[in-house]
Amino acid sequence: MGKKLGPKIAVWKFASCDGCQLSLLDCEDELLSLAAVIRIAYFPEATSAELAPPYDISLVEGSITTAHDSARIQQVRESSQLLVAMGACATAGGIQALRNFSHVEEFAAKVYAHPEYLEHRSIDLAHSPPALRAAGDPLCGQDRLSGAPGILNRATAIAEHVPVDYELRGCPINKRQLLEVLNALLNGRRPEIPTHSLCLECKLQGVSCVMVSHGIPCLGPVTQAGCGALCPAYQRGCYGCFGPSESPNTAALSEALLQIGWQRADVMRAFRSFNAAAAAFRQAGEAYAR
Amino acid sequence: MPLPQPFAKPVKLMPDKTISVNYLARVEGEGSLTIRFSDDGRPCEAQLAIFEPPRFFEAFLRGRSQLELPDITARICGICPVAYQMSSSQAIEAIVGSEVTGMLRELRRLLYYGEWIESHVLHIFMLHAPDFLGYPDALALAKDHPALVKRALRLKKIGNAIMILLGGREIHPINPRVGGFWQVPTKGELQKLLPDLHWGLAAMQESLSLLAELPYPNFERDYEFVSLRHPTEYPLLGERIVSSQGLDLALTEWDEFFVEEQVERSNALHSLIKGRGSYLVGPLSRFNLNFNRLAPAAQEAARLVGLSVPCRNPFKSLLVRAVETVQALAEAIAIVERYEPPAEPQLTVSARAGTGAGCTEAPRGILYHHYAVDDAGIIQEAKIVPPTAQNLRTMEADLLELAPQLAELPHHEAVRRAEQAIRNFDPCISCATHLLQLRFER
Repeated sequence: MGKKLGPKIAVWKFASCDGCQLSLLDCEDELLSLAAVIRIAYFPEATSAELAPPYDISLVEGSITTAHDSARIQQVRESSQLLVAMGACATAGGIQALRNFSHVEEFAAKVYAHPEYLEHRSIDLAHSPPALRAAGDPLCGQDRLSGAPGILNRATAIAEHVPVDYELRGCPINKRQLLEVLNALLNGRRPEIPTHSLCLECKLQGVSCVMVSHGIPCLGPVTQAGCGALCPAYQRGCYGCFGPSESPNTAALSEALLQIGWQRADVMRAFRSFNAAAAAFRQAGEAYAR
Repeated sequence: MPLPQPFAKPVKLMPDKTISVNYLARVEGEGSLTIRFSDDGRPCEAQLAIFEPPRFFEAFLRGRSQLELPDITARICGICPVAYQMSSSQAIEAIVGSEVTGMLRELRRLLYYGEWIESHVLHIFMLHAPDFLGYPDALALAKDHPALVKRALRLKKIGNAIMILLGGREIHPINPRVGGFWQVPTKGELQKLLPDLHWGLAAMQESLSLLAELPYPNFERDYEFVSLRHPTEYPLLGERIVSSQGLDLALTEWDEFFVEEQVERSNALHSLIKGRGSYLVGPLSRFNLNFNRLAPAAQEAARLVGLSVPCRNPFKSLLVRAVETVQALAEAIAIVERYEPPAEPQLTVSARAGTGAGCTEAPRGILYHHYAVDDAGIIQEAKIVPPTAQNLRTMEADLLELAPQLAELPHHEAVRRAEQAIRNFDPCISCATHLLQLRFER
C-alpha cells in the first residue's frame, strides 16, 4: 500500500442498547474521512471483517452484568493500548444498574415466568469474539457445566473492573465529544471535555434557567455538561443523563426540588435513572429512598 | 480503506456438519447461529442463540412514574428509541384517557418517520446491501462505490435531522413525552427540512433501480404476516392488529391471541400466535397487508422495483424497506407542508388506576407495550414484546428451510448467506433480550 497504516480501533459491546456505538455511524459527515485515517479492527455492529489484536484504541459500550463479561473486559483491556469507556452504561452502570438497589433474584422473578430456570447459566465460548478467544477465555467451556454464576447482582462501570484511559459521559454520548476524543488521541493530545455542570452550558447558550424562571425541576446544577443543554432548550428540566458533574451539591439541589413541589420519592427517582450507580447520584438517591 | 480478511470470523463447517456463526456481525446486539444436520444430511435444527445479557426492564419499571416511561423504555434500544417512546406513551394515554390527535399526532408521525428513514437507510445500504454485493461492510463498499455510500449517508442524515429537530437528538430523543411533546417547532423551523426531504425523496427514487438489480436469492415461505392497521394510513401509530390469516384484534386483546413460549436450549422467549405458531412482523408484513395505504409515490416505487402483493421472499425485505423509505420521505414532506403549530405542545396527563396497551410499528415490526398503573400514576406491571422477539421463531424456520441450499454452497458462502438471511429481519437483539430466558439445569 505504501501508505502508513492507521491506528487500529475496536468497538466493544457489553450490556447496553447499542446507542453509543451507533453514534459512530451517526457521524455521517465524518465517517468516511475518519475511516481513511484509522483501521476499524473490530466493530461487529458495522462490519463482518476483523483484525487481530492488539488494538490502539478500544471504545467500550455497556456495563458489566455477567461473570463472562467481567472476564471479557479483562481481555479487552489486555489487548488495548488505550481504552475509552463510552456512555452512561460504561461509566456508571447504566439504567440496568437499578438492579443494584434490589435483588437480582427478585427482578428475575418479576420478569420471568420460571425464575427457577434463570440465573446461573453463563455464556459459552461463542460469546467471545474470535480474536480474543485465541488468547484463551478463562470461562470458556466450563461455565455451563460448573454452574458459575452467570448473572451478576450488580451492573457495574468498566472502571470498576479495569483501568480506563478516558470516559465519555452521556446516555447516549454526544458524538461531537466522541470525535473530539478520537481526534485528540490520534494526535497525542489530551481531549478537551468539560466536567462542569450543565448550568454553564445553559448560560453559554443563552437558555434561561427553567427552574428559576418557570419552576421546572431540573438536575442541571449537579449534572455534567456535554449534551448542549438540550432539555432546558426544549422547556424541560435536565434529567441527568450525563451523570454527576465535578463536586455536585446534590443536597442543596434536592432541597430546592422539594421546595418547588417535588415529593421525596420524585427526588429519589430522579437520581435513580441512567446514572443511578454513579457515586454522587447513588448517595443522593439513597438519602431520599428512606 | 480496504479491510482485509473478508470473513475472518471463526466459521467452520464442522465434521458433524454444523454451520455455525459465533458472532453475528451487522446486527444490533449479540447473537450466534447454529444449523445442525442429521447423519443422512438433512437439516434438523436451526438455532439462533442470543447471549446479550438481560437488563430486566420490566422489573425496574415497577415503581417508576408513568411519565418516565418514554425516557426509560427508549433505553431498551438505541436504534429505535422513538418506537419505545411512542408505544409506551400510547399505552399510558389509553389508561388516562388522553388521546393525542391532530397536529400533535402528525408531529409524532413525522418524528417516527425520521426514525424509519435513519434506521431503514442504515440497514439497506450499510448493513444489508454489503451482503448482496459481497463486501464486509459499507466502508469497503465505499471504496468501490463512493457515490452510493455518500448518498446513503446523506439520506441517513435526513432522518436524523428530523429526529434532532423534533426530538432534540437522534438517539434517545428528549422532547417526546406522554401527551405529546415538551415543545413543538414553529412552522418555519419545520419548513427548513423541506429542501433536504425533497432531495432525499429524489435520491431514494434514483436508488431504486440499483437496489432492484441486487441478486435476490430465490426463496419464499408462506408466512403469517402481522402488522398494525389504520383505517386510512400506512400503519405507524395504530390502531388494530391484523394478520394475513384473518386476525383482527384490538391492542387490549393481545393476550388472547399471542403467547410467549420458552424454547429448550434457545435462551429466548418466542412470541407465537396461539394455536398456530410463528409469524412475521416488519416491512414485508406491513407492505403485504397495507399496500393500498401507501402514498402514491411509494406505490409507484414498489412497481418500479417489481414488488407486488403478496411478496413472500424475505430477502426482498430490503426492497420493501426502500419502498417504505420513499413512503417515509413522501409523508414527511406532506406533514411538513400542512403543519400548523398546535395550541399546546402537550395534553394534560392525569393519573388514573388502570391497565392499557400501546402498539406501534418500529422499523423492524410491531412493538407491544402493556402497563398496569395505580391511581398515583406509578407503574405496577409492565410487559414489553419487541419485534425481534416476535420474529425469532420465524428466523429459525427460514434458516432451516434455507439449510439445504446452504449445504450446497462453499463454506464461506454458506455463512454469508445465512447471515444475510438473518439480516432480512433487521434484528435488534438488544431489544429482544430484556426478555431473555436463561436456563439452568440444577
